[in-house]
Amino acid sequence: MEKRTKLAEIVKNQHDVILNDWVEFQLNATTLRRDLMKESELREQSREFLGLFTQAVQSGSDIGETIWKPVKDFLGQITRSRVLLGFTPSETATFIFSLKQPLFDVIRAAVKDPKDLVADLWTTTTLLDKLGLYVMELHQQNREEVIHRQQEELLELSTPVVQLFENILALPLIGTLDSARTQVVMENLLQRIVETGAMISIIDITGVPTVDTLVAQHLLKTVAAARLMGADCIISGIRPQIAQTIVHLGVDLSEVTTKATLADAFMIALQRTGATVTKSAATKTKG
Amino acid sequence: MERIPILKMGRFLLVTVQVDMHDRLAMTLQDDLTGRIVKDRAHGVLIDISSLEIVDSFIGRMIGNIASMARVLDAETVVVGMRPAVAITLVELGLSLPGVRTALNVDRGVELLKGCIEERAQGNGHVAG
Repeated sequence: MEKRTKLAEIVKNQHDVILNDWVEFQLNATTLRRDLMKESELREQSREFLGLFTQAVQSGSDIGETIWKPVKDFLGQITRSRVLLGFTPSETATFIFSLKQPLFDVIRAAVKDPKDLVADLWTTTTLLDKLGLYVMELHQQNREEVIHRQQEELLELSTPVVQLFENILALPLIGTLDSARTQVVMENLLQRIVETGAMISIIDITGVPTVDTLVAQHLLKTVAAARLMGADCIISGIRPQIAQTIVHLGVDLSEVTTKATLADAFMIALQRTGATVTKSAATKTKG
Repeated sequence: MERIPILKMGRFLLVTVQVDMHDRLAMTLQDDLTGRIVKDRAHGVLIDISSLEIVDSFIGRMIGNIASMARVLDAETVVVGMRPAVAITLVELGLSLPGVRTALNVDRGVELLKGCIEERAQGNGHVAG
């Protein structure tokens, strides 16, 4: 109990000294990102944090208690903004860990008895470690949120179904096909088939980097589902290497029409729907 | 007992599944339809499943079976109006109904049937001539 009050007392009395030292320390640290954050902003954040810290430490150093909630909330706020600005985990955590030096300095000056000094330093260091770890966890959490959100956006963005012509849809696939994406692709395609009444859909895999058995299986599933809805599928954009891989893997694509380019696939689709493409007379004479 | 109606439209039979199929109903349909194909000398069968929302492996297999039986009885079969969710379910169940003709809606199905039958007539004509 006594130790705790001592730390609290010191922090309270030496507030300005600690703040100055701390800001100084942070400004001189190698992890400072002047390109991402202004000095005034850092000073403001440090001041506010120290204020909340001083208040919380008066009633104990267990950060699980409700009295520490404002401190944690504030750290959450700082961490979120730093994650968005592109700080690395260690740069974010330095905010807390850099407080050690100035705190130790004032404690060393205030406490004379070596035993008390060690005890006080120990309390302080565990407290700051806990806060530092908390910041790291928050940082990680925020980063994961960003990744998760981007994944979802990517999923939506990467599966457009475009109508090329009356009754003809195209599905340009870009990136690797996994089960989750196949599901989205399939749903989108089938939905669009219902909406547009398309008879032929062209699946273009020019943007699919590799085709392994799993990807091929996903493709065949999509084709089968579209066929059940009454739409024929053509797979186009098969690069030479992919053709080789498909044969080496023993994937059977014999039941699906395949074309090397989207243009070829489009021509055959036009043919099947009974449409023809002709050059206008003007162009002919020019050519 | 509940039955799925089978309507005669010219040379075609139209089966519209308006309720969720349970196993008994599917078996009854199989009996009724094969009987009607023979009795009416139908050349084509349209099975409209646009109201069918839930399928399991049994119903999926029954749809495939009914289509195959109709073909044995010399009637072209087209399954029309399958919902996206049903299509995905069937594919995931591994029942992609090979050999069954499909169309988006009844209109398209009728067109497809007419096309098939004409083709067949021409083919027969060739052989005869």
